[in-house]
Amino acid sequence: MLLRYRGSEGMVAWAFHRISGIAIWLFVLLHVLDIYLAGGNPNVYDDILKFYASTPGRIMEVLLGGALFYHALNGLRVMAMDFWPRLTAYHKQIWYANWVIFVVVGLPGAFIIIRPVLGL
Amino acid sequence: MALYSRSGRPKPQSGGFELAAWYFMRLSGVALFVLALIHFSLQHFLFDPSQETATWIFNQRWNSLFWRGFDWLLLMMVVLHAFLGMRTVTMDYLKGGTRTFALTALYLVGTVVFVMGTIVVMSVPLTLGK
Repeated sequence: MLLRYRGSEGMVAWAFHRISGIAIWLFVLLHVLDIYLAGGNPNVYDDILKFYASTPGRIMEVLLGGALFYHALNGLRVMAMDFWPRLTAYHKQIWYANWVIFVVVGLPGAFIIIRPVLGL
Repeated sequence: MALYSRSGRPKPQSGGFELAAWYFMRLSGVALFVLALIHFSLQHFLFDPSQETATWIFNQRWNSLFWRGFDWLLLMMVVLHAFLGMRTVTMDYLKGGTRTFALTALYLVGTVVFVMGTIVVMSVPLTLGK
């Protein structure tokens, strides 16, 4: 139902925006806790950091980066349409342009994060 | 006068706090596009988590007023943007007492997160190469 309600790209863009926003919020909670420990208990922080640098940690960082980048690009798309309503006629095209930017910029980024796992 | 928005929240017509919050989401969104993406690029592309120990943060990364100010501004923007966003989500799905409870918990957590982040970014000694 999440994807069929209004159907088509606009609804999917909205659902992804909401899901990625909640995911980023959860990471922000974790990240403020861990950085607080860097000041309060550096040894515990360094242990958490070892997880961030591990293989599952890096996979989660790629997902976080993806959520962040999607939310950022789609957020600009929403704002553009809010302030220049005539752009809503092209909301699908802007969404597909976002995906092109997402893949072209995101793939090299994902490669840099995952590179140590591949031993490159 | 966008009464209808294809994927964002329509601009509130009531004015007051709701309208101010609507504008603030967009303003902080633009700020976060710059702040959050630079922060993520620094931590994951320019540097790597394998080197970012507590010692590294204090002696290198945060041994600069500019980058501490940058990260604190990011904290302030992300807390306000994320908690206003979570408020919208909460109000979309919850009603009555559950909504009041969830919103109270949300604001409490938001305040705690902001205070904790501010304490750590301001309390660690700044040596500036001394």
